[in-house]
Amino acid sequence: MYTDLVMDHFSNPRNVGEIEDADGVGQIGNPVCGDVMRISIDVDDDRIADVKFKTFGCGAAVATSSMVTEMVKGKTLAEAAEVSNKAVAQALGGLPPNKMHCSNLAADALHLAIQDYLVKAGREADVPRILKALPKEHEHSSP
Amino acid sequence: MTSVYFDHAATTPVDPRVLEQMLPFFCDRYGNPSELHRLGREARVAVERARAQVAAGLGAGEKEIVFTAGGTEADNLALIGYLQRFEPGHFIISAIEHPAVMEPARALNRLGWAVDFIPVDGDGVIDVDAYEQAFRDDTKLASVMYANNVVGTIQPIAELARLAHEKGAVFHTDAVQAVGSVPIDVGALGVDMLSLSGHKLYGPKGIGALYVRRGTRLTPLIHGGGHERRLRSGTENVPGIVGLGAAVELAQAEMAEARPRLEALRDHLARGILASVPDVRYLGHRTERLPGNVAFTVRYIEGESMLLQLDTHGFMVSSGSACASGSLEPSHVILALGLGAEEAHGSLRLSLGRENTQAEADAFIEVFPPIVDKLRQMSPLYVKG
Repeated sequence: MYTDLVMDHFSNPRNVGEIEDADGVGQIGNPVCGDVMRISIDVDDDRIADVKFKTFGCGAAVATSSMVTEMVKGKTLAEAAEVSNKAVAQALGGLPPNKMHCSNLAADALHLAIQDYLVKAGREADVPRILKALPKEHEHSSP
Repeated sequence: MTSVYFDHAATTPVDPRVLEQMLPFFCDRYGNPSELHRLGREARVAVERARAQVAAGLGAGEKEIVFTAGGTEADNLALIGYLQRFEPGHFIISAIEHPAVMEPARALNRLGWAVDFIPVDGDGVIDVDAYEQAFRDDTKLASVMYANNVVGTIQPIAELARLAHEKGAVFHTDAVQAVGSVPIDVGALGVDMLSLSGHKLYGPKGIGALYVRRGTRLTPLIHGGGHERRLRSGTENVPGIVGLGAAVELAQAEMAEARPRLEALRDHLARGILASVPDVRYLGHRTERLPGNVAFTVRYIEGESMLLQLDTHGFMVSSGSACASGSLEPSHVILALGLGAEEAHGSLRLSLGRENTQAEADAFIEVFPPIVDKLRQMSPLYVKG
């Protein structure tokens, strides 16, 4: 059900951990639905100098977290903000349909980390320019 | 490469001795049991011999066994086949039934039947008082599974059947996980209907049976040529039926040896896991449980992740997490035990079988703690205590 690339990122996840005194931290999901992703970033000269993740969740949740860190490391904030959940899933060669909702939020966590950085750096005015669409609260339609 | 199968509650391999008995009925003795010629008669004899084997395994009469295409069909026939004879009234099931009972119950509910789902305690044992109080004047049936597929807890079936009869209802039990693993005697249990499945007891897939106590009237779900005493039309799955009969007979013959060995292996594995991994909760009743079931939750990490990691190490297990089940909700069984959703997502089930060894259990106890550790290091919920 998972592509080889998903299994590779799940078995050998890249950039696991938490940056101490990170410039920005973003967290999304909740333990009740079974997925929580936390991404921390260090920003240097408007570029993502370092990025790490911690994830509670299934194989897809871990793989998307790992993949998004690889995709944005070294990118400018504006470039990183363009990376969507969908793009992460595509970079992994696709995800099973039932994994597209809960387990595919890694890009959202990254965007929240970027927002956190901008606010902390006193650049709140830049938020709408860099982050065109902020992630919504993660919700389920089912009870 | 290690290959250890700990998922016998999902399905079992066909025992080669069972397969051997099935094989002639594909290419050589392929007759239709309804035909009067020699090949037809041979097939009929084989089907009736298998019926006698299944009946003997349950302490039932031969005329009380109806072959179906599996456990799910047997459960559907029991609930819908019994209740559709009446105007919609009320029936009772437990909160931890398999979907094969849960879903026909919901289907009946949509047709106007009222249904009560009886809760279980923290060990997965049904609340007998709540069960007794749920009966109404128009309660026609109660159905409670013999042993739970997720946590292995065995229910007090004889007592539940007696209470149902006192209230004027019939009693059905889904014994798919139990038949072949623990002794079953429908007479001693007092049940009116009991479902079983071939592939859970080293028989083939696609075959099952419903025990129907003499005098319990059902209407068929599948209409046609009137096979199986009009209860299940369709040309008999002769190789499957032969395999089911052989599998029940073998399980019966070997149970006295297999059961204590499995129980010892189960308890060894459970002790080893609990001793080597912190923040693990053992699920299900400690003693009133299936001989091969080890079920537990691991805090701070998610079941599918554990399952996939174990798979890369050659261990095949099952999880009740939302992700592994393909839905968004964690197992309704684990939630019914009173656990929170977060903890329920971290559930794992090992179900042992005949071919498993102590060396395999020891290998699991070696491999598992570092996997948990790796996933916990990755988890934002984990705070080292």
